[in-house]
Amino acid sequence: MGQTITINPITRIEGHAKITLQVDDQGEVSEAYFHTTQLRGFEKFVEGRPYYEMPYLMERICGICPVSHLLASAKACDALLAMKVPPAAGKLRRILELAQLIQSHALSFFYLSSPDLLMGMDAHPKERNIFGVMAKHPELGHGGIRLRQFGQQVIETLAGKRVHPGWVVPGGVNEPLSVEKRDKLLADIPEVIEIAQKALTWFKRELENFREEIRTFANFPSLFMGLVTVDERAGFYEGKIRFTDSLGNIVADKLEAAQYQEYLGEAVEPFTFMKFPYYKPLGYPEGIYRVGPLARLNLVDNCGTPLAQQEWVEFRSLERNAVLSSFHYHYARLVEILFAIEHIQEYLLDPIITKKQARYTASLNNLEGVGCCEAPRGTLIHHYRVDEQGLITWANLIIATGHNNLAMNRGILQAARHFVRSDKLTEGMLNRVEAVIRAFDPCLSCSTHADGHMPLHLRLLSPEGKLLDELRRTS
Amino acid sequence: MSKATLATIWLDGCSGCHMSLLDMDERLIELSPLFELVYSPLVDAKVFPRNVDVALVEGSVSSDEDEHKIRLIRSRARILVSLGDCAVTGNVPAMRNSFPVDAVLHRAYIENATLQQQVPTERLPVLLKRVRPVHEVVTVDVFVPGCPPSADTIYSVLKELLAGRVPDIAALSRFGI
Repeated sequence: MGQTITINPITRIEGHAKITLQVDDQGEVSEAYFHTTQLRGFEKFVEGRPYYEMPYLMERICGICPVSHLLASAKACDALLAMKVPPAAGKLRRILELAQLIQSHALSFFYLSSPDLLMGMDAHPKERNIFGVMAKHPELGHGGIRLRQFGQQVIETLAGKRVHPGWVVPGGVNEPLSVEKRDKLLADIPEVIEIAQKALTWFKRELENFREEIRTFANFPSLFMGLVTVDERAGFYEGKIRFTDSLGNIVADKLEAAQYQEYLGEAVEPFTFMKFPYYKPLGYPEGIYRVGPLARLNLVDNCGTPLAQQEWVEFRSLERNAVLSSFHYHYARLVEILFAIEHIQEYLLDPIITKKQARYTASLNNLEGVGCCEAPRGTLIHHYRVDEQGLITWANLIIATGHNNLAMNRGILQAARHFVRSDKLTEGMLNRVEAVIRAFDPCLSCSTHADGHMPLHLRLLSPEGKLLDELRRTS
Repeated sequence: MSKATLATIWLDGCSGCHMSLLDMDERLIELSPLFELVYSPLVDAKVFPRNVDVALVEGSVSSDEDEHKIRLIRSRARILVSLGDCAVTGNVPAMRNSFPVDAVLHRAYIENATLQQQVPTERLPVLLKRVRPVHEVVTVDVFVPGCPPSADTIYSVLKELLAGRVPDIAALSRFGI
């Protein structure tokens, strides 16, 4: 039993968490634990509520990606009603999902992580924030604000409200899209495409400054999982589950999300409220897999929209097979922003999008339903059971961030072993360990937790509990 | 004139109120000369500093850690704002108050798990029996309802508070919207 280093809280992430590093007698980091520290209890407290409340209740799991919960929940309700939605509604829901992908990725990249990328991991903590970015590289900062705003404006235009909208209902959406609104949205597209491309150009130039981080930020073989559509594109709203390995081989394909319990298990560890999903055929923890932007770009052989396709080809040429460094989640996020803008444009240009029929109605036909979509951070599954009156009796949620739990824990261990010298702690060492978590962009309110902000106070203790070194990050 | 110091905190909520804060878009930058953001999920300050002029608190009080934090924040902030319905009423997090904590934990970690079923407790906070709104634990100066309050509302509230005035909330926001 050696010493313990605690990083509490991890800042500039979407939620609250802390890290414990265990140091052995030789002074090497031997274990790393990523703790998320609050349970909210949605799986229990929805019991007794009518199924049609679920989309609006469940989206309140998360203020960052409410639309993904709204959609996964509405799809689970569609399954309870045993119905499909009108073609226009299906496309409108897809636009909503992609708009959210843009705003969520922009938040992660520009507001939370670009300070590390622009100013360096060792920059003064006081400058490492969005205001620092605005001062040092205003074009990047304004661009990031505009991209996030665009995503939110699309959501507001379609669904009436930016955070926790209604509009999506079991059976479709409750109001069709007008031609005027469609044209207004289309008019913004060229501007935001240009911003996304400039950000990509900037980021690709920066990559050479982060070789050490690329090599050590959760860079290891694992499976990748996500939805793939019938035309072999990454699916955001629809598709079937695919697993690939680090050589790019398909391990399992065309799995029904509704059958997730056959191939996904969830393990519990005593040190965190976040569970550890694993690929059942390989067991735990060998069944480690990653989801989200990096996984989605690794799963397919074709990105699907012209500009993003070029970027995708370049991205995949980073490595011979699958791209394994989790540092490249940042890169993948930018490629996906471009993809999402182009894809929204495609949907808006489809004449079907303004069709008046946007909702079908039905009554309860099934007592169990599963809904699945790709949230910005990965595959999201909502599973409900109801009684004959349509009241929820049981719910299970598998949240995007949770899938990456094994990889995040392994990733901070890898980075900590490389960067952390336990005899002389520096702030920059620890910021790098935190930055591994930022690369994954975990959404911890989603994964049932929200800790708060305790002071960052690192204490290096001897096995007897004697204080060996101490570091406080004040401001 | 020295800048006002501003802090934003997230207890048991969904971050939606913080997203609404960011939904001010460029207006966040426009207001930034008026304040220094000394503590927030958006910045790397790790210690809640003393003498904070305005603290915006999102979320309800659900664990022993939340309780500890909100007391510390109250003792260090001049004006404490309950931002959003979870802080103001308990809202969605308080829905678990209808069930015993053990039942909530059992569903998540025993019933809905396939391996190593156990209730996690190592280095983790203890959930309170009842989720509470902020003002049940400490004195609150300004209440801003909404799920979340709109960006326009937050902008007006901030502008007024930073100018040393108390905003008229009733004209700006209501519950649930």
